[in-house]
Amino acid sequence: MEFIAAYLPSAMMNDQTISQLPLALPEIVMLCMASIVLIVDLFLNDKTRGGTYILSQFTLLALVVITVMSFTQQKSIAFHGTFVRDGMGDLLKIFVYIVTFTVFLYSKSYLKARDMFKGEYYVLGLFAVLGMMVMISAQSFLTIYLGLELLSLCMYALVALQRDSIIASESAMKYFVLGAIASGMLLYGMSMIYGATGSLELATINAEVMKNTDNIVLIFGLVFVLVGVAFKLGAVPFHMWLPDVYQGSPTAVAIFIGSAPKIAAFAMTMRLLVDGLHGLHVQWQDMLIIMAVASLAIGNIVAIAQTNIKRMLAYSTISHVGFIMLGIMTAEKGGYTASMFYTIVYTLMALGAFGMIMYMSRMGFESDKLDDFRGLNQRSPWFAFIMLIFMFSMAGVPPFVGFWAKLSILKAVVAVDMTWLAVTAVVFSIIGAFYYLRIIKLMYFDTPQETSAIEGASDLRVMLSLNGIAILGLGLYPELIMGLVISVM
Amino acid sequence: MTGVQFLFYAFAAMMVFCALMVITVRNPVRSALFLVLTFVSCSAIWLLMEAEFLAITLVLVYVGAVMVLFLFVVMMLDININRLKEGFVKYLPVGIGVAGLFGGMLTWLLYNVEAADLKTKMRTMYPPSAKPADYSNTEELGEVLYTVYVYPFEIAAVILLVAIVAAIALTFRRRTTTKYQNPDQQVSVKRDDRLRVVKMDSEEKK
Repeated sequence: MEFIAAYLPSAMMNDQTISQLPLALPEIVMLCMASIVLIVDLFLNDKTRGGTYILSQFTLLALVVITVMSFTQQKSIAFHGTFVRDGMGDLLKIFVYIVTFTVFLYSKSYLKARDMFKGEYYVLGLFAVLGMMVMISAQSFLTIYLGLELLSLCMYALVALQRDSIIASESAMKYFVLGAIASGMLLYGMSMIYGATGSLELATINAEVMKNTDNIVLIFGLVFVLVGVAFKLGAVPFHMWLPDVYQGSPTAVAIFIGSAPKIAAFAMTMRLLVDGLHGLHVQWQDMLIIMAVASLAIGNIVAIAQTNIKRMLAYSTISHVGFIMLGIMTAEKGGYTASMFYTIVYTLMALGAFGMIMYMSRMGFESDKLDDFRGLNQRSPWFAFIMLIFMFSMAGVPPFVGFWAKLSILKAVVAVDMTWLAVTAVVFSIIGAFYYLRIIKLMYFDTPQETSAIEGASDLRVMLSLNGIAILGLGLYPELIMGLVISVM
Repeated sequence: MTGVQFLFYAFAAMMVFCALMVITVRNPVRSALFLVLTFVSCSAIWLLMEAEFLAITLVLVYVGAVMVLFLFVVMMLDININRLKEGFVKYLPVGIGVAGLFGGMLTWLLYNVEAADLKTKMRTMYPPSAKPADYSNTEELGEVLYTVYVYPFEIAAVILLVAIVAAIALTFRRRTTTKYQNPDQQVSVKRDDRLRVVKMDSEEKK
């Protein structure tokens, strides 16, 4: 040992890195398994490609087990202040795995029908999950940025995976260029804050910010950081990429972009604004109010004019992001809890809505028009009912879980004496209810354009039903998730 | 003005000039060459700041490898410059308006509102002391890279891996019609597979 120690650099001698490695066990397992999937896939041909799928799903399930087993409420910072393990991170990660598992399950038959059932989809998907995990566990600007880039890079590639489709290539280009601009903005803001505080670590930055909350350089940096975050969340006025990307990318990729990364984006916002820049909350509250109200307005009103359901869901995402921002805007624990609850619930609802599109699509037919949902009740009453659950829940109708999510946000907003803001949110939600209810009207009161039975793989049917029942069940017992969220915040 | 200061201003001026040329010259090849010059002057400035490793890496990696590849691509693609220029005049007023508004706001903020505060801030940041001649900043970088920054370093490595996977996934097409050699068969070929010695009696010339 002494022989080895003599050759180690001095910094390594006192280093805690090795003893801290178990904290990052989920990340390490994820990286190893993603690499294994990449290699195993080389030896599989199109007939045995199912192996890649099973291995990926096994990885996600194993990670759920690992994270649940090592679940910890205690906040521990590791790797020289670049990594944090806490209850919020663990809970969000568990939901990321579950959501990704469902995404992979829903998209299997869709990919097979379009000659896209390739190993790359799963490899890039797993690496994207790794990026989300890094973002969720980030404790310094450096890791937030690297995690974000890892996630985005996988997403750009996934959107472009359907190479022969012009519309997919176009949306991949838009996504890439706008994403690069957003990353640039974020980096610029980070460099300003680094210049003013002299640190990249969120805890140190917060301590420095507390000393001088009026520093103009800090506020200047905050604006750019917030622009970057708003881009990634898809908040107005930085929302223009969302409808194009949702519409242009294959549904199997759109469901992925529309679900799990929202959880990671929420975590990134919390880490940046609450862990790092809480001292500036008077400033970012105002900015969040403007963006939240604009998102609620544009999202809900423009969605009415859409005829493509993927595009409509994109605008619906924008309006939900407005709600999530309202919760964070309160700068209170109650608001953060409500936002986290809303984010998790939203991803579950988005999964279901996109899952329905994939359930109804078949070879050569995308089923992404509103008209394709006409008379669904006559073709498949059970799944028309499931879609009804998703739509009612998104609109915020009790007893579905979407109602509790909206209610908790509104409560938090009223608790900080901003009743006018809560009233605005309610008014726009009522406007938004129109386009959710329109789908229900199309399904139940219109005659179908075609009467053929819907095929749909059996595993997709089971999972989609479970997803719908979960939305209903969680609506009846919202404390199941709410209790978890409160316990970790 | 000391010699170092003179060099700094000379290289800085060259860098700003070249960076401007990158985005204003018409010919994409020239634009790429100006970018090379920008990198070279930037690396000279880094050398003045005693960041030798970064300076050398910039020249080796960016000038030596990335830009050469970039030039290849630019030369191979037949870029229609006139089409790129379409709509330039149309968007110019908007661009100038946004840039002017933004620049004006920045200037106003930084010089009017808190100029005093900024100056005190600047004064509290002292320049780092010069290191002795035998100080190796490559070694220092290596030491922190694999200890303090090992976690971000590993993530950066994963990003590069994803870039490779993505690039191959997006460009690689297996063509069934392509003829290719099988090195395994080529190596294991035996003399008897290729050459047949035929024994026959010699014939007389008629």
